[in-house]
Amino acid sequence: MSISKEEYDSMAKKASPNSPVFLDCVKAFLFGGAICAFGEGLMQWFTGTAMTLEESRALTTSVLIIITALLTAFGVFDTIAKHAGAGTMVPITGFANSIVCAALEFQTEGRILGTAAQMFSIAGPVIVFGCSAASLYGFIIYFFGLY
Amino acid sequence: MAERKGKTIILQSKPRFIGNAAVVGKKEGEGPLGKEFDEVFTDTTMGEDSWEKSESLLLKKAVEKVLQKSAADKSEVDMICSGDLLNQCIGSSFGIRDFNIPFCGVYGACSTMALSLCIASLMIESGGFERCIAATSSHFCSAEKQFRKPLEYGGQRPPSAQWTVTGAGAALIGKNQSTVSPYIDKIHMGTIQDFGITDSNNMGAAMAPAAKKTISDFLRDTGTKPSDYDMILTGDLGSVGSELLHQLFLREDGLDISAVHKDCGLMIYDRESQDVHAGGSGCGCSGTVLCSYILNSMRAGKFSNILFIATGALMSTVSSLQGESIPGIAHLLNIRKGE
Repeated sequence: MSISKEEYDSMAKKASPNSPVFLDCVKAFLFGGAICAFGEGLMQWFTGTAMTLEESRALTTSVLIIITALLTAFGVFDTIAKHAGAGTMVPITGFANSIVCAALEFQTEGRILGTAAQMFSIAGPVIVFGCSAASLYGFIIYFFGLY
Repeated sequence: MAERKGKTIILQSKPRFIGNAAVVGKKEGEGPLGKEFDEVFTDTTMGEDSWEKSESLLLKKAVEKVLQKSAADKSEVDMICSGDLLNQCIGSSFGIRDFNIPFCGVYGACSTMALSLCIASLMIESGGFERCIAATSSHFCSAEKQFRKPLEYGGQRPPSAQWTVTGAGAALIGKNQSTVSPYIDKIHMGTIQDFGITDSNNMGAAMAPAAKKTISDFLRDTGTKPSDYDMILTGDLGSVGSELLHQLFLREDGLDISAVHKDCGLMIYDRESQDVHAGGSGCGCSGTVLCSYILNSMRAGKFSNILFIATGALMSTVSSLQGESIPGIAHLLNIRKGE
Protein backbone atom coordinates (compact mmCIF):
# COMPACT_ATOMS: atom_id res chain seq x y z
CA MET A 1 0.00 0.00 0.00
CA SER A 2 1.21 3.49 -0.81
CA ILE A 3 -0.13 5.11 2.36
CA SER A 4 2.54 6.09 4.92
CA LYS A 5 2.34 5.34 8.64
CA GLU A 6 1.86 9.04 9.39
CA GLU A 7 -0.97 9.38 6.90
CA TYR A 8 -2.66 6.25 8.24
CA ASP A 9 -2.26 7.47 11.80
CA SER A 10 -4.11 10.71 11.06
CA MET A 11 -6.74 8.77 9.10
CA ALA A 12 -7.23 6.39 12.07
CA LYS A 13 -7.46 9.29 14.53
CA LYS A 14 -10.13 10.92 12.40
CA ALA A 15 -12.12 7.67 12.15
CA SER A 16 -11.96 6.92 15.89
CA PRO A 17 -14.66 8.66 17.90
CA ASN A 18 -13.51 10.60 20.97
CA SER A 19 -14.87 10.09 24.47
CA PRO A 20 -17.53 12.66 25.39
CA VAL A 21 -15.09 14.61 27.59
CA PHE A 22 -17.46 17.36 28.76
CA LEU A 23 -20.23 14.94 29.77
CA ASP A 24 -17.64 12.66 31.43
CA CYS A 25 -16.30 15.62 33.43
CA VAL A 26 -19.79 16.68 34.56
CA LYS A 27 -20.65 13.12 35.64
CA ALA A 28 -17.28 12.70 37.40
CA PHE A 29 -17.83 16.00 39.25
CA LEU A 30 -21.32 15.00 40.38
CA PHE A 31 -20.47 11.43 41.44
CA GLY A 32 -17.12 12.40 42.99
CA GLY A 33 -18.72 15.35 44.76
CA ALA A 34 -21.54 13.16 46.08
CA ILE A 35 -19.06 10.63 47.49
CA CYS A 36 -17.04 13.38 49.19
CA ALA A 37 -20.20 15.01 50.57
CA PHE A 38 -21.31 11.62 51.90
CA GLY A 39 -17.87 11.18 53.52
CA GLU A 40 -18.08 14.66 55.05
CA GLY A 41 -21.56 13.86 56.39
CA LEU A 42 -20.26 10.67 57.97
CA MET A 43 -17.39 12.54 59.59
CA GLN A 44 -19.68 15.22 61.01
CA TRP A 45 -21.86 12.51 62.45
CA PHE A 46 -18.90 10.62 63.96
CA THR A 47 -17.35 13.76 65.48
CA GLY A 48 -20.76 14.50 67.01
CA THR A 49 -20.35 11.32 69.05
CA ALA A 50 -17.61 10.77 71.59
CA MET A 51 -14.98 10.27 68.88
CA THR A 52 -11.97 12.50 68.37
CA LEU A 53 -11.42 14.17 64.98
CA GLU A 54 -8.65 11.70 64.14
CA GLU A 55 -10.80 8.69 65.01
CA SER A 56 -13.69 10.07 62.94
CA ARG A 57 -11.42 10.52 59.91
CA ALA A 58 -10.14 6.95 60.14
CA LEU A 59 -13.64 5.56 60.56
CA THR A 60 -15.01 7.60 57.61
CA THR A 61 -12.29 6.23 55.34
CA SER A 62 -12.95 2.70 56.60
CA VAL A 63 -16.69 2.97 55.96
CA LEU A 64 -16.12 4.17 52.36
CA ILE A 65 -13.68 1.30 51.79
CA ILE A 66 -16.10 -1.29 53.18
CA ILE A 67 -19.02 0.02 51.11
CA THR A 68 -16.84 -0.07 47.96
CA ALA A 69 -15.63 -3.58 48.71
CA LEU A 70 -19.21 -4.81 49.13
CA LEU A 71 -20.42 -3.04 45.96
CA THR A 72 -17.48 -4.52 44.05
CA ALA A 73 -18.13 -8.02 45.38
CA PHE A 74 -21.81 -7.80 44.39
CA GLY A 75 -20.85 -6.64 40.89
CA VAL A 76 -22.46 -3.20 41.23
CA PHE A 77 -19.41 -0.95 41.49
CA ASP A 78 -18.26 -1.33 37.86
CA THR A 79 -21.73 -0.41 36.62
CA ILE A 80 -21.65 2.81 38.66
CA ALA A 81 -18.03 3.52 37.67
CA LYS A 82 -18.85 3.13 33.97
CA HIS A 83 -20.77 6.40 34.28
CA ALA A 84 -18.91 8.04 37.15
CA GLY A 85 -15.38 7.56 35.72
CA ALA A 86 -12.90 9.65 37.67
CA GLY A 87 -15.72 10.44 40.12
CA THR A 88 -15.41 6.99 41.66
CA MET A 89 -11.74 6.43 40.78
CA VAL A 90 -10.17 9.47 42.44
CA PRO A 91 -11.59 9.16 45.99
CA ILE A 92 -10.57 6.23 48.22
CA THR A 93 -13.33 4.22 46.47
CA GLY A 94 -11.22 3.74 43.33
CA PHE A 95 -8.29 2.44 45.33
CA ALA A 96 -10.47 0.02 47.29
CA ASN A 97 -12.16 -1.25 44.11
CA SER A 98 -8.84 -1.87 42.35
CA ILE A 99 -7.69 -4.13 45.21
CA VAL A 100 -10.95 -6.02 45.70
CA CYS A 101 -11.57 -6.64 41.98
CA ALA A 102 -8.09 -8.14 41.53
CA ALA A 103 -8.46 -10.25 44.67
CA LEU A 104 -11.77 -11.62 43.36
CA GLU A 105 -10.59 -12.21 39.81
CA PHE A 106 -7.51 -14.22 40.69
CA GLN A 107 -8.96 -16.40 43.45
CA THR A 108 -9.11 -19.25 40.91
CA GLU A 109 -5.29 -19.30 40.99
CA GLY A 110 -5.27 -19.97 44.73
CA ARG A 111 -5.27 -17.92 47.94
CA ILE A 112 -1.52 -17.25 47.98
CA LEU A 113 -0.36 -16.98 44.35
CA GLY A 114 -3.76 -15.86 43.14
CA THR A 115 -5.63 -13.59 45.55
CA ALA A 116 -2.71 -12.43 47.71
CA ALA A 117 -0.10 -12.07 44.97
CA GLN A 118 -2.39 -10.37 42.46
CA MET A 119 -4.33 -8.20 44.91
CA PHE A 120 -2.03 -5.23 44.37
CA SER A 121 -1.49 -5.69 40.65
CA ILE A 122 -3.43 -2.49 39.91
CA ALA A 123 -3.06 -0.65 43.23
CA GLY A 124 0.67 -1.50 43.57
CA PRO A 125 1.97 1.43 41.49
CA VAL A 126 -0.24 3.84 43.49
CA ILE A 127 1.33 2.60 46.73
CA VAL A 128 4.87 2.79 45.30
CA PHE A 129 4.49 6.33 43.99
CA GLY A 130 2.42 7.43 46.98
CA CYS A 131 5.10 6.27 49.43
CA SER A 132 7.88 7.73 47.27
CA ALA A 133 6.17 11.12 47.13
CA ALA A 134 5.51 11.05 50.89
CA SER A 135 9.19 10.26 51.58
CA LEU A 136 10.35 13.02 49.26
CA TYR A 137 8.12 15.63 50.89
CA GLY A 138 9.17 14.31 54.30
CA PHE A 139 12.82 14.98 53.43
CA ILE A 140 12.04 18.45 52.13
CA ILE A 141 10.14 19.35 55.28
CA TYR A 142 12.88 17.90 57.50
CA PHE A 143 15.83 19.61 55.80
CA PHE A 144 14.22 22.98 55.19
CA GLY A 145 12.44 23.05 58.52
CA LEU A 146 9.18 24.21 57.01
CA TYR A 147 7.22 23.55 60.16
CA MET B 1 -2.69 -30.84 -6.40
CA ALA B 2 -3.62 -27.29 -5.43
CA GLU B 3 -2.95 -24.60 -7.99
CA ARG B 4 -1.29 -21.39 -6.92
CA LYS B 5 -1.92 -17.94 -8.39
CA GLY B 6 0.16 -15.26 -6.73
CA LYS B 7 -0.48 -15.81 -3.04
CA THR B 8 -3.89 -17.39 -3.59
CA ILE B 9 -4.33 -21.15 -3.53
CA ILE B 10 -7.08 -22.67 -5.67
CA LEU B 11 -8.12 -25.91 -4.00
CA GLN B 12 -8.79 -28.88 -6.26
CA SER B 13 -10.40 -31.01 -3.54
CA LYS B 14 -13.06 -28.33 -2.89
CA PRO B 15 -13.53 -29.21 0.79
CA ARG B 16 -17.20 -28.98 1.70
CA PHE B 17 -18.86 -27.87 4.92
CA ILE B 18 -20.39 -31.13 6.12
CA GLY B 19 -21.65 -29.40 9.23
CA ASN B 20 -21.32 -26.21 11.22
CA ALA B 21 -22.26 -25.23 14.76
CA ALA B 22 -22.06 -22.16 16.95
CA VAL B 23 -22.73 -21.85 20.66
CA VAL B 24 -22.76 -18.49 22.44
CA GLY B 25 -23.26 -16.68 25.73
CA LYS B 26 -26.24 -14.67 26.96
CA LYS B 27 -25.37 -11.29 25.42
CA GLU B 28 -24.78 -12.81 21.98
CA GLY B 29 -28.03 -14.76 22.28
CA GLU B 30 -29.84 -11.46 22.87
CA GLY B 31 -28.24 -9.91 19.78
CA PRO B 32 -29.67 -9.66 16.25
CA LEU B 33 -28.35 -13.14 15.30
CA GLY B 34 -29.61 -14.76 18.53
CA LYS B 35 -31.92 -17.29 16.90
CA GLU B 36 -29.24 -18.43 14.42
CA PHE B 37 -27.08 -20.03 17.11
CA ASP B 38 -27.37 -23.70 18.03
CA GLU B 39 -27.25 -23.10 21.75
CA VAL B 40 -27.28 -20.04 24.00
CA PHE B 41 -25.83 -20.37 27.50
CA THR B 42 -27.43 -17.84 29.79
CA ASP B 43 -25.00 -18.70 32.61
CA THR B 44 -21.71 -17.10 31.58
CA THR B 45 -19.76 -19.37 33.94
CA MET B 46 -21.22 -22.46 32.23
CA GLY B 47 -21.27 -23.96 35.72
CA GLU B 48 -17.46 -23.99 35.85
CA ASP B 49 -15.30 -22.45 38.57
CA SER B 50 -12.97 -20.47 36.31
CA TRP B 51 -13.46 -18.42 33.12
CA GLU B 52 -10.81 -20.47 31.35
CA LYS B 53 -12.76 -23.68 32.03
CA SER B 54 -15.94 -21.96 30.86
CA GLU B 55 -14.29 -21.13 27.55
CA SER B 56 -12.98 -24.68 27.10
CA LEU B 57 -16.46 -26.02 27.76
CA LEU B 58 -17.89 -23.66 25.14
CA LEU B 59 -15.49 -25.07 22.56
CA LYS B 60 -16.28 -28.62 23.62
CA LYS B 61 -20.00 -27.95 23.22
CA ALA B 62 -19.45 -26.50 19.73
CA VAL B 63 -17.45 -29.54 18.62
CA GLU B 64 -20.02 -31.95 20.10
CA LYS B 65 -22.77 -30.01 18.34
CA VAL B 66 -21.07 -30.09 14.94
CA LEU B 67 -20.51 -33.84 15.23
CA GLN B 68 -24.14 -34.34 16.20
CA LYS B 69 -25.47 -32.11 13.40
CA SER B 70 -23.24 -33.84 10.83
CA ALA B 71 -24.28 -37.27 12.13
CA ALA B 72 -20.57 -38.04 12.38
CA ASP B 73 -18.71 -39.99 15.03
CA LYS B 74 -15.55 -38.51 16.50
CA SER B 75 -13.64 -41.55 15.19
CA GLU B 76 -14.43 -40.35 11.67
CA VAL B 77 -12.62 -37.03 12.22
CA ASP B 78 -8.95 -37.07 11.24
CA MET B 79 -7.89 -33.77 12.78
CA ILE B 80 -9.10 -30.79 14.78
CA CYS B 81 -7.47 -27.43 14.00
CA SER B 82 -8.36 -25.00 16.73
CA GLY B 83 -7.07 -21.99 18.58
CA ASP B 84 -8.14 -19.18 20.90
CA LEU B 85 -6.87 -16.07 22.66
CA LEU B 86 -5.75 -17.56 25.96
CA ASN B 87 -2.06 -18.02 26.73
CA GLN B 88 -0.74 -21.21 25.12
CA CYS B 89 -4.21 -21.75 23.57
CA ILE B 90 -5.56 -23.54 26.64
CA GLY B 91 -9.14 -22.82 25.58
CA SER B 92 -8.68 -25.27 22.73
CA SER B 93 -6.33 -27.85 24.21
CA PHE B 94 -8.40 -28.32 27.37
CA GLY B 95 -11.67 -28.12 25.44
CA ILE B 96 -10.88 -31.00 23.12
CA ARG B 97 -8.56 -33.14 25.22
CA ASP B 98 -11.25 -35.77 25.80
CA PHE B 99 -12.17 -36.25 22.14
CA ASN B 100 -9.25 -38.49 21.24
CA ILE B 101 -8.86 -36.79 17.86
CA PRO B 102 -5.46 -35.58 16.58
CA PHE B 103 -5.07 -31.89 17.40
CA CYS B 104 -3.35 -29.08 15.55
CA GLY B 105 -3.27 -25.98 17.79
CA VAL B 106 -3.15 -22.70 15.92
CA TYR B 107 -2.80 -19.08 16.99
CA GLY B 108 -4.01 -16.27 14.80
CA ALA B 109 -5.62 -14.06 17.46
CA CYS B 110 -9.10 -13.11 16.20
CA SER B 111 -8.28 -14.42 12.71
CA THR B 112 -8.22 -17.98 14.07
CA MET B 113 -11.45 -19.21 12.42
CA ALA B 114 -10.06 -18.41 8.96
CA LEU B 115 -6.61 -19.70 9.87
CA SER B 116 -7.90 -23.02 11.21
CA LEU B 117 -10.13 -23.42 8.13
CA CYS B 118 -7.19 -22.65 5.79
CA ILE B 119 -5.01 -25.27 7.49
CA ALA B 120 -7.81 -27.84 7.62
CA SER B 121 -8.49 -27.25 3.90
CA LEU B 122 -4.83 -27.80 3.05
CA MET B 123 -4.82 -31.01 5.10
CA ILE B 124 -7.74 -32.29 3.04
CA GLU B 125 -6.10 -31.05 -0.15
CA SER B 126 -2.99 -33.06 0.75
CA GLY B 127 -5.00 -36.25 0.41
CA GLY B 128 -3.86 -37.49 3.78
CA PHE B 129 -7.03 -36.42 5.59
CA GLU B 130 -10.69 -37.08 4.82
CA ARG B 131 -12.51 -34.99 7.41
CA CYS B 132 -11.22 -32.19 9.62
CA ILE B 133 -12.83 -29.89 12.15
CA ALA B 134 -11.83 -26.24 12.24
CA ALA B 135 -12.86 -24.49 15.43
CA THR B 136 -12.24 -21.52 17.67
CA SER B 137 -13.54 -19.89 20.83
CA SER B 138 -13.37 -16.74 22.90
CA HIS B 139 -14.95 -15.70 26.19
CA PHE B 140 -15.47 -12.10 27.27
CA CYS B 141 -14.45 -12.77 30.89
CA SER B 142 -11.29 -14.80 30.21
CA ALA B 143 -10.18 -12.27 27.59
CA GLU B 144 -10.76 -9.31 29.93
CA LYS B 145 -8.82 -11.10 32.67
CA GLN B 146 -5.85 -11.80 30.41
CA PHE B 147 -5.69 -8.67 28.27
CA ARG B 148 -7.33 -5.91 30.29
CA LYS B 149 -8.49 -5.47 33.87
CA PRO B 150 -10.35 -7.71 36.34
CA LEU B 151 -14.07 -7.88 35.54
CA GLU B 152 -15.26 -5.86 38.51
CA TYR B 153 -12.73 -3.08 37.98
CA GLY B 154 -14.51 0.27 37.80
CA GLY B 155 -13.18 1.91 34.67
CA GLN B 156 -14.46 3.42 31.45
CA ARG B 157 -14.03 1.99 27.96
CA PRO B 158 -13.21 4.38 25.10
CA PRO B 159 -15.71 4.52 22.18
CA SER B 160 -13.26 2.68 19.87
CA ALA B 161 -13.04 -0.34 22.21
CA GLN B 162 -14.72 -3.58 21.15
CA TRP B 163 -16.55 -6.28 23.11
CA THR B 164 -15.06 -9.81 23.10
CA VAL B 165 -17.67 -12.32 21.96
CA THR B 166 -18.46 -15.22 24.30
CA GLY B 167 -18.89 -18.06 21.89
CA ALA B 168 -17.37 -20.93 19.96
CA GLY B 169 -17.76 -21.94 16.34
CA ALA B 170 -16.87 -25.27 14.73
CA ALA B 171 -17.09 -26.54 11.17
CA LEU B 172 -16.57 -30.07 9.90
CA ILE B 173 -15.13 -30.05 6.41
CA GLY B 174 -14.29 -32.90 4.05
CA LYS B 175 -14.36 -33.99 0.45
CA ASN B 176 -16.78 -36.12 -1.55
CA GLN B 177 -19.77 -35.06 0.44
CA SER B 178 -23.26 -34.05 -0.64
CA THR B 179 -22.88 -31.47 -3.38
CA VAL B 180 -25.44 -29.10 -1.88
CA SER B 181 -23.08 -28.08 0.94
CA PRO B 182 -21.07 -24.86 0.56
CA TYR B 183 -17.42 -25.47 -0.31
CA ILE B 184 -14.08 -23.74 0.03
CA ASP B 185 -12.89 -22.78 -3.43
CA LYS B 186 -9.80 -20.72 -2.69
CA ILE B 187 -7.74 -19.72 0.31
CA HIS B 188 -5.36 -16.84 0.82
CA MET B 189 -3.13 -16.67 3.89
CA GLY B 190 -2.47 -13.07 4.85
CA THR B 191 0.69 -11.02 5.29
CA ILE B 192 1.36 -9.06 8.48
CA GLN B 193 0.68 -5.34 8.17
CA ASP B 194 1.76 -2.91 10.85
CA PHE B 195 0.98 0.77 10.42
CA GLY B 196 2.14 1.79 13.87
CA ILE B 197 -1.15 1.71 15.83
CA THR B 198 -0.28 1.21 19.51
CA ASP B 199 -3.69 1.69 21.15
CA SER B 200 -4.92 -1.74 22.23
CA ASN B 201 -8.37 -0.18 22.63
CA ASN B 202 -8.45 0.45 18.90
CA MET B 203 -7.92 -2.99 17.33
CA GLY B 204 -10.11 -2.18 14.34
CA ALA B 205 -7.64 0.51 13.24
CA ALA B 206 -4.71 -1.88 13.78
CA MET B 207 -6.27 -4.65 11.64
CA ALA B 208 -7.86 -2.68 8.78
CA PRO B 209 -4.64 -2.42 6.68
CA ALA B 210 -4.14 -6.20 6.91
CA ALA B 211 -7.70 -6.80 5.71
CA LYS B 212 -7.15 -4.31 2.88
CA LYS B 213 -3.95 -6.01 1.76
CA THR B 214 -5.36 -9.54 1.87
CA ILE B 215 -8.52 -8.61 -0.04
CA SER B 216 -6.61 -6.53 -2.64
CA ASP B 217 -4.01 -9.26 -3.17
CA PHE B 218 -6.77 -11.84 -3.59
CA LEU B 219 -8.71 -9.70 -6.08
CA ARG B 220 -5.52 -9.10 -8.07
CA ASP B 221 -4.53 -12.80 -8.04
CA THR B 222 -7.98 -13.89 -9.22
CA GLY B 223 -8.71 -10.98 -11.56
CA THR B 224 -12.03 -10.30 -9.81
CA LYS B 225 -13.64 -7.19 -8.35
CA PRO B 226 -15.64 -6.66 -5.12
CA SER B 227 -18.97 -6.61 -6.96
CA ASP B 228 -18.33 -10.19 -8.16
CA TYR B 229 -19.10 -11.37 -4.62
CA ASP B 230 -22.36 -11.47 -2.71
CA MET B 231 -20.57 -10.41 0.42
CA ILE B 232 -17.10 -9.45 1.58
CA LEU B 233 -17.31 -10.47 5.21
CA THR B 234 -14.58 -9.33 7.59
CA GLY B 235 -14.14 -10.76 11.08
CA ASP B 236 -14.06 -8.08 13.74
CA LEU B 237 -13.01 -4.72 12.33
CA GLY B 238 -15.91 -3.08 14.16
CA SER B 239 -17.17 0.37 13.23
CA VAL B 240 -13.76 2.09 13.28
CA GLY B 241 -11.92 -0.62 11.34
CA SER B 242 -14.72 -0.98 8.78
CA GLU B 243 -14.74 2.77 8.13
CA LEU B 244 -10.94 2.68 7.69
CA LEU B 245 -11.16 -0.32 5.33
CA HIS B 246 -13.65 1.56 3.12
CA GLN B 247 -11.40 4.64 3.14
CA LEU B 248 -8.29 2.59 2.27
CA PHE B 249 -10.06 0.98 -0.71
CA LEU B 250 -11.28 4.37 -1.94
CA ARG B 251 -7.89 5.97 -1.54
CA GLU B 252 -5.69 3.19 -2.91
CA ASP B 253 -7.90 1.64 -5.60
CA GLY B 254 -10.78 4.08 -6.08
CA LEU B 255 -13.17 1.24 -5.15
CA ASP B 256 -16.27 1.68 -3.00
CA ILE B 257 -16.77 -1.62 -1.19
CA SER B 258 -19.30 -0.32 1.35
CA ALA B 259 -22.27 -1.87 -0.49
CA VAL B 260 -20.83 -5.40 -0.43
CA HIS B 261 -18.84 -5.27 2.81
CA LYS B 262 -20.17 -6.65 6.10
CA ASP B 263 -18.38 -7.16 9.40
CA CYS B 264 -19.19 -9.95 11.88
CA GLY B 265 -18.37 -7.54 14.74
CA LEU B 266 -21.15 -5.23 13.55
CA MET B 267 -23.64 -8.06 12.93
CA ILE B 268 -23.51 -9.97 16.20
CA TYR B 269 -24.61 -7.17 18.56
CA ASP B 270 -26.98 -4.26 18.45
CA ARG B 271 -24.31 -1.65 19.14
CA GLU B 272 -26.67 0.95 20.55
CA SER B 273 -28.82 -1.09 22.91
CA GLN B 274 -26.12 -3.60 23.93
CA ASP B 275 -23.46 -1.03 24.85
CA VAL B 276 -20.60 -2.67 22.95
CA HIS B 277 -19.06 0.57 21.65
CA ALA B 278 -17.30 -0.18 18.30
CA GLY B 279 -18.73 -3.72 17.97
CA GLY B 280 -17.82 -7.33 18.71
CA SER B 281 -14.37 -8.89 18.58
CA GLY B 282 -12.50 -12.03 19.57
CA CYS B 283 -11.99 -15.37 17.81
CA GLY B 284 -15.57 -16.32 18.61
CA CYS B 285 -16.92 -13.29 16.76
CA SER B 286 -16.14 -14.41 13.21
CA GLY B 287 -16.25 -18.07 14.32
CA THR B 288 -19.84 -17.99 15.52
CA VAL B 289 -21.19 -15.71 12.78
CA LEU B 290 -19.64 -17.86 10.02
CA CYS B 291 -20.67 -21.15 11.61
CA SER B 292 -24.28 -20.04 12.06
CA TYR B 293 -25.94 -17.30 10.03
CA ILE B 294 -23.51 -17.23 7.07
CA LEU B 295 -23.18 -20.95 6.34
CA ASN B 296 -26.87 -21.56 7.10
CA SER B 297 -27.81 -18.79 4.66
CA MET B 298 -25.51 -20.27 2.01
CA ARG B 299 -27.19 -23.65 2.41
CA ALA B 300 -30.54 -21.91 2.00
CA GLY B 301 -29.28 -20.31 -1.19
CA LYS B 302 -29.23 -16.74 0.12
CA PHE B 303 -25.57 -16.17 -0.80
CA SER B 304 -23.66 -18.08 -3.43
CA ASN B 305 -20.16 -16.61 -3.48
CA ILE B 306 -18.59 -14.87 -0.50
CA LEU B 307 -15.18 -13.82 0.77
CA PHE B 308 -14.65 -14.52 4.46
CA ILE B 309 -11.71 -12.59 5.91
CA ALA B 310 -11.06 -13.04 9.62
CA THR B 311 -8.77 -10.36 11.06
CA GLY B 312 -6.37 -10.65 13.98
CA ALA B 313 -4.27 -8.29 16.11
CA LEU B 314 -1.04 -10.13 16.87
CA MET B 315 0.05 -8.34 20.01
CA SER B 316 0.44 -9.57 23.58
CA THR B 317 0.13 -7.84 26.94
CA VAL B 318 3.94 -7.84 27.13
CA SER B 319 4.47 -6.27 23.70
CA SER B 320 1.85 -3.62 24.49
CA LEU B 321 3.56 -2.71 27.78
CA GLN B 322 6.88 -2.49 25.93
CA GLY B 323 5.35 0.11 23.64
CA GLU B 324 5.32 -2.07 20.50
CA SER B 325 2.79 -1.32 17.80
CA ILE B 326 0.10 -3.87 16.90
CA PRO B 327 0.78 -6.11 13.88
CA GLY B 328 -2.42 -6.99 12.02
CA ILE B 329 -3.17 -10.15 10.03
CA ALA B 330 -6.07 -11.26 7.84
CA HIS B 331 -6.68 -14.68 6.27
CA LEU B 332 -9.20 -15.15 3.49
CA LEU B 333 -11.42 -17.96 2.24
CA ASN B 334 -13.56 -17.84 -0.86
CA ILE B 335 -16.64 -19.89 0.03
CA ARG B 336 -19.17 -20.86 -2.63
CA LYS B 337 -22.62 -22.35 -2.52
CA GLY B 338 -22.85 -26.02 -3.46
CA GLU B 339 -24.23 -26.86 -6.88
